[in-house]
Amino acid sequence: MSDKAKQEPVRVLVLTGFGLNCDVETAYAFQLAGALSERVHMNALISREVSLNDYHILVFDGGFSWGDDHGAGVLAAVRLKYNIGEALRRFIDDGKLVLGICNGFQVLVNLGFLPGFDGNYEKRLVALTCNDCGNFRDDWVNLLANPESPCIFTRGIGQLDLPVRHGEGKFYASPETIQRLVNEKQVVLQYATPDGAVAQGKFPYNPNGSVLDIAGICDPTGRVFGLMPHPEAYNHWTNHPDWTRTRVSMMRKGKPIIEEDTIGTKIFKNAVSYMSG
Amino acid sequence: MTARLEIMLKPELFDAEGAGLCRKANDYFGLRLSSVRTVHILTIDMGLSPEQHEAIRREIFTNPVTQISSYDPLDVDFDWILWVGYRPGVRDNPGSTAVEAIQDFLRINIEKGQGVYTSKRYCLKGGGLCFDEADKVARELLANDTIQQWKVFSPDAWNPQEGTGIIVPKVKLDHVPRVTAIAIDSDDVLMQISNERNLALNPNDIPTIRAYFLRKDVLDERLKVGLAEPTDVELEYISQARSDHCNHNTFRGLFRYHDLETGEYEAVNDLFASCIQAPTLAIKEKKPWVVSVLWDNAGVGRFNEEYHYVITGETHNSPSNMEAYGGAITGIVGVYRDPMGTGKGSKLVAGMYGYCVGPRDYRGPLKPRLHPKRLLDGVIEGVRDGGNKSGIPTPYGQVWFDKSYLGKCLVFVTAIGLMPARIHGSPCEEKTTAPGQLIVMCGGRVGKDGIHGVTAASEGFSSQTPAGHVQIGDPYTQKKMHDFLLEARDEGLIAFLTDNGGGGLSSSIGESARFSNGCIVELDKVPLKYDGLDQWEIWISESQERMTVAIEPEHEARFMALSEKHAVESTVIGRYTDSGKLHITYKGKTCAFVDLDLLASEFPQWTFEAQWTPPKLRGLCEPVLGEPADQANMLLSMLARANICSKEWIARQYDHEVQGTSVIKPLVGKNRDVNSDAIVIRPVLEAPQGLAAAQALLPTYSYIDTYDMAACTIDEAVRRVVAVGADPERIGGVDNFCWPSVQYDPRENPDGKYKAAQLVRANWALRDICLAYEIPLLSGKDSMYVDGHLKGPYGETHKVSALPTLQFACTAIVEDFTKCVTMDAKVVGDLVYMLGETKDELGASEYYEHLGHVGLHVPKLAPGTAMTSYRALNRAIAQDLVASCHGVYRGGLGVHLAMVAMAGGLGLTVDLAKVPSNNIQKSDTLLYSETPGRFIITVNPGDRHAFESIMADVVFACVGAVNKDEALVIEGLRAGETIRLPVAQLKAAWQGPFKELL
Repeated sequence: MSDKAKQEPVRVLVLTGFGLNCDVETAYAFQLAGALSERVHMNALISREVSLNDYHILVFDGGFSWGDDHGAGVLAAVRLKYNIGEALRRFIDDGKLVLGICNGFQVLVNLGFLPGFDGNYEKRLVALTCNDCGNFRDDWVNLLANPESPCIFTRGIGQLDLPVRHGEGKFYASPETIQRLVNEKQVVLQYATPDGAVAQGKFPYNPNGSVLDIAGICDPTGRVFGLMPHPEAYNHWTNHPDWTRTRVSMMRKGKPIIEEDTIGTKIFKNAVSYMSG
Repeated sequence: MTARLEIMLKPELFDAEGAGLCRKANDYFGLRLSSVRTVHILTIDMGLSPEQHEAIRREIFTNPVTQISSYDPLDVDFDWILWVGYRPGVRDNPGSTAVEAIQDFLRINIEKGQGVYTSKRYCLKGGGLCFDEADKVARELLANDTIQQWKVFSPDAWNPQEGTGIIVPKVKLDHVPRVTAIAIDSDDVLMQISNERNLALNPNDIPTIRAYFLRKDVLDERLKVGLAEPTDVELEYISQARSDHCNHNTFRGLFRYHDLETGEYEAVNDLFASCIQAPTLAIKEKKPWVVSVLWDNAGVGRFNEEYHYVITGETHNSPSNMEAYGGAITGIVGVYRDPMGTGKGSKLVAGMYGYCVGPRDYRGPLKPRLHPKRLLDGVIEGVRDGGNKSGIPTPYGQVWFDKSYLGKCLVFVTAIGLMPARIHGSPCEEKTTAPGQLIVMCGGRVGKDGIHGVTAASEGFSSQTPAGHVQIGDPYTQKKMHDFLLEARDEGLIAFLTDNGGGGLSSSIGESARFSNGCIVELDKVPLKYDGLDQWEIWISESQERMTVAIEPEHEARFMALSEKHAVESTVIGRYTDSGKLHITYKGKTCAFVDLDLLASEFPQWTFEAQWTPPKLRGLCEPVLGEPADQANMLLSMLARANICSKEWIARQYDHEVQGTSVIKPLVGKNRDVNSDAIVIRPVLEAPQGLAAAQALLPTYSYIDTYDMAACTIDEAVRRVVAVGADPERIGGVDNFCWPSVQYDPRENPDGKYKAAQLVRANWALRDICLAYEIPLLSGKDSMYVDGHLKGPYGETHKVSALPTLQFACTAIVEDFTKCVTMDAKVVGDLVYMLGETKDELGASEYYEHLGHVGLHVPKLAPGTAMTSYRALNRAIAQDLVASCHGVYRGGLGVHLAMVAMAGGLGLTVDLAKVPSNNIQKSDTLLYSETPGRFIITVNPGDRHAFESIMADVVFACVGAVNKDEALVIEGLRAGETIRLPVAQLKAAWQGPFKELL
């Protein structure tokens, strides 16, 4: 990072348009994390009305780009790749951060930004395909973060709960690719049981049949991160499904309700603090 | 060259869609398929070269990790192949996005008549199916003949080179648009033409319409623009505006109400004015938070100092009954345009649903168009795609099974929006049009969609005629438009906007032009899906995803630039004037020239005979029942009843977390699987306030008295939001009536007078309870004619009328959402309280229904007592004295104690003798009576005194405690009568019926 960027607030570009729909809360979550976030329409990037150079973090947020037709994230990846693919790759090369959430994760794998083996950000090697349960599913899941992963976003995080909401979240790749992801510590998040063990494919803990319970991966640098769960939807402690139960039990113990950052917000804070050096 | 691209998952990958079809084939018909592989087909009719075809196959439409594809038929093993594609003119959303992607990738522009059409080929293995069974799978599980076509191939009939053949469902009309003048020689002639053309003019309106067009001054003025007799465009406009749908003629009617018991007669004039408008206006005077009601697309209430919330409800019954998926998705996407088109526009923040359908396992002799199981599946999926793809949470809904809905299903959809209180200094809820402003149509294009609704369904199909009367909503196009309009609003570019729903441009422009008092519209500017539409069709088409916007001419360039950025089509199609006329031209020639105030003139009021036969006179009485010896099994059976049991499979398919606003979720408790009383969202992420919402319906009570049906329904919705901590002083309501036809006819509707009286009584309850609870009706809707004619086993037909149904939705403000409570028991040792008195009110209860009775003593609401207790409860919640709170609803105390226990994963010990009651002597009456106004509350023993002192003016009792045994233990009134059921067993019963669907 240049010295100048260090002094400025961290600027986050959250994509909008063409059916994306988590842009508002994603921008909000980054604001909670101390960044300046802006929602920018994909076409404003393509028309060069807005320049990627002005931002430190790029977010492919959740939604149904192009209605999820022809494979979730597929048409968005085509549009971005053939219009501003080079600028996007330069953004990664510049040492900045890229986050893909749900539909954004699907876009990242279809662009080939993930897994990004050997610095190749064009090759499609992994896919997010239809859930084994055959349906869209909304539920909160338990996740395990890989402490050995280079991922910037999950630093200091062990276990976490987040909501999933998708019909096409089954992580799939060839056994060789999976092995390499494991070897190179690029598996960042895995679905887990409530007691903190890897889900081992067991529904509903693994909600979609993902191979090796994979819920999120990063590139070898740890600066490009994609995940199916939605950290931005855990932006307040009352988002958590247990909060009314936790609150009663805290009150009974005479303890105050601690309104600290949620673990969802922590993911965004990690990103912001990395970029502010 | 037209090419057919086949795409499928690599053979080693699990085909979830195919597996789903296997499951359904077994579930519906007991067919045991061993496997199904799905092939996705794109028929590309864009005049591309072979190189271009190959490029798009490789770069766009094939995922190298998971898919294989080919322009030749893919070789898949099969016993039967089923091909399913759309009929011409049916909205093909993936076809449209494919065109978008191809244009973008190849940098070309589509030419008129070109397109991409999607279809699917299912390769079935196993099960030893015969042709008829294979055809049945296609016909009853995959395709609906109103919108789709299908083919069945056996191995012998399949040519591996030709595959399915190349089928291009393109609309070709070969019709030159034409305006037709309509003869109005006499009332009879006009009536006859109305019938021939499906104008649906009311016979009573015809003299008023004729008199207008025969007026000397009118004739003179019309002559100047080249018109004489009314044109089809004009009569279609009048017909739309005068329809019951747009004009609420039934609710505005005169009801001659006779009570056959007392002999009393009353002329009940205008239910809308007396039971909805007047109470709401009176309450608005007292409640400054009520911002805007009774005129716009949706009602507006204050959320906090900076924001207002917006709410409305709709039904989409007939279309869903024809084509469940298409009808439901069009319904939910359509209702979202109402808040979007309220004031200067709102962002959508939540949706809710209500489905009333026949029993899912119906095996009786009548033949509904779609079996309830299939219908419900389709409706669920339609609302799922419509809501999820719009990025709007769908956190609340309910389902009601009853055989009366076999005739026509009910699909309720509710939409909640949010607007800033002010836009550029002016109130956002206000809007008006002014002379000189441009009329802009935004969003989708116009085709033959929805013209004359279902009447078109009876017309024959040819291979190229559009089957557009059944529509498929397109949330993707609408989401783009939603984002665009909000940005335009925030820049101050919107003077007025409204949606194009029922009646299309005819309604949206007709109504908006009344503000400026005139308009001129150039119909030839309206972008069409295909050529050949008559002028009147363009004018009234209900093609979806369109809004009409008024902008100042100086804003045109900026508005259009924003529209282009958002990839939304916007077209200036006319301007507002102050001429007093609705003036429509086509290529410079006038085709309509009508005084706007014609519709305000005196059309005759509809009149109805209403005869009320009270339940006793109808022969209803209480059944003579001895108490069940096996109370435990009775409770388990009650929990497993279709209208009580878990429907988690529906809630889980609906995104209720998007926008990051969820506070109280649809499913709560230790394992997050029991229904919450209401939901709470925080639509303004930065604000401390929350918005609670819930809905209720209790149509079964209509068997006894629709007054009590309506009263108890309203109370249930109110109680639901109060239970989570909402402020009872800030509750808004939305009434949604679905009623069978109330016009008496000795042959067609012999009980029409009774049904009319039922409608009057429900409205009286609406008026009385809203006044008592001080609930303004922020919005409402009435859908009449929920009747169907079903074929029986001998080809005879039976008229089946739906139960008179009121769905009531409530919204309410929660001042501090961190104080909200959920319904799950939380701590062992907590005291269990009952609020409210239980009365002997089992009439039309779930219990009586279970035992095959109706009874007489329908639950009666005492609104004054109830509201006192709701206020006290609200204070207790605000003071953190309530650990859990749950209303007692359908199924009564027994069922709802079980809910509290199941949600908490904790047992309860309850003594029925302590339950406050009106001297009830039977345990089953206490357990299953559905008296309104009651709650089950758990309280920390340390808070006992504080809680009880707040409840000083309320009927309440401590009835037990949360136990550590994880069992529900209920001591009955008789000595030794104890129900003891482990929570796990309760849950197994409650979750059992639809477990496999999850």
